[in-house]
Amino acid sequence: MELVNLAIKSIFVENLALAFFLGMCTFLAISKKIETAFGLGVAVVAVQTITVPVNNLIYNYLLRDGALAWAGLPNVDLSFLGLISYIGVIAALVQILEMALDKYVPALYNALGIFLPLITVNCAILGGSLFMVERDYTLAEATTYGFSSGLGWLLAIVLFAGVREKLKYSDVPDGLQGLGIAFISAGLLAFGFMAFSGIQL
Amino acid sequence: MSESSKLVVEPIADNNPIILQVLGICSALAVTTQMMPALVMSISLTAVIVFTSFFVSLIRNVIPSNIRIIAQVTVAAVGVILVDQVLKAYAYDMSKQLSVFIGLILTNCIVLGRAEAFAMSNTPGKAALDGLGNGLGYSVILLIVAFFRELFGSGKLFGVEIMPLVTEGGWYQSNGLMLLPPSAFFLIGLIIWVVRTWKPAQVEKPSFQIHQVHRTEVL
Repeated sequence: MELVNLAIKSIFVENLALAFFLGMCTFLAISKKIETAFGLGVAVVAVQTITVPVNNLIYNYLLRDGALAWAGLPNVDLSFLGLISYIGVIAALVQILEMALDKYVPALYNALGIFLPLITVNCAILGGSLFMVERDYTLAEATTYGFSSGLGWLLAIVLFAGVREKLKYSDVPDGLQGLGIAFISAGLLAFGFMAFSGIQL
Repeated sequence: MSESSKLVVEPIADNNPIILQVLGICSALAVTTQMMPALVMSISLTAVIVFTSFFVSLIRNVIPSNIRIIAQVTVAAVGVILVDQVLKAYAYDMSKQLSVFIGLILTNCIVLGRAEAFAMSNTPGKAALDGLGNGLGYSVILLIVAFFRELFGSGKLFGVEIMPLVTEGGWYQSNGLMLLPPSAFFLIGLIIWVVRTWKPAQVEKPSFQIHQVHRTEVL
């Protein structure tokens, strides 16, 4: 039950894109068409579901204060190496996922195209791992969090792409054309998501 | 204007990383409810960007091109870890308040974008100046947004009371919208509008235009 609650909270209430503004660069750059937005969203869900639990294991069994007790080193605290290990894990996993997809599921690989490598530098992915560390999730919580926060991001970018497709046909003042109006509509979308706050099961 | 000063000045208004290149927006939105965190964030990011650009440029001739991204990320990660540790040691409260956003400087597209686009093909001195310019361009936007959000949201600047709030016996009815996340989107949108009205060269072409029929035109 708690896991369901965590999932709902991270999809709607603490939406990575619209409440924490993570992955905003890609969010604004790759949301002109619903199909591409959806492809990128699926890639984010996949990578997020794998990297958050893996980073959780690395943090709990290698990096945190006293985590190396199993190796006979109870006084070692490697948490300062966190950042560099998480980004390493993310980069490596994205690379592995890319190769695996290319070999076994070429259709999906072609659909995702350039989005996979882009994900390495998507702040939503690293942000997910950093939030996991900050909130001290267990492995089960981390897996749920990874999947549902990715899903929340997917939902946000698909909705936003839908808005932008329609926005093409509206008469926007010159200075707001393109990026300006995209920011303002993202703000309105974020307002919509604020209505979810406080929802619990 | 000499070439080196141009490197520093150009990204501030003419080629701003946030409002024109659409880079590094995440943190620009998240840490701007108050001036102080925004200032710390700006300084940290500028430091990381100068550090990364300088060292990437220094080793640019020995990085094999197929692993250059990971090499750049590693250099950036070292810079971010240094900044993070310094903040934890000397400004612990601030580092708690910025929470994950210092760590996220690592995936801030400005850092990697400048490393990839400029530092890989220029000398270390120039690359550091370019990093400084882009860091300042980012800081300017961050501080403008934070100025409006803190002043109208809580009547303060850097935590010093400017407009006493009604709730504390003053006259200013605070604008709660400014403290909520969406206000940052609106403010940046409006900044873009102002800058593009001032510099029309930055206006984007609409991707679809309604054909305007003039009354003298024969259909």
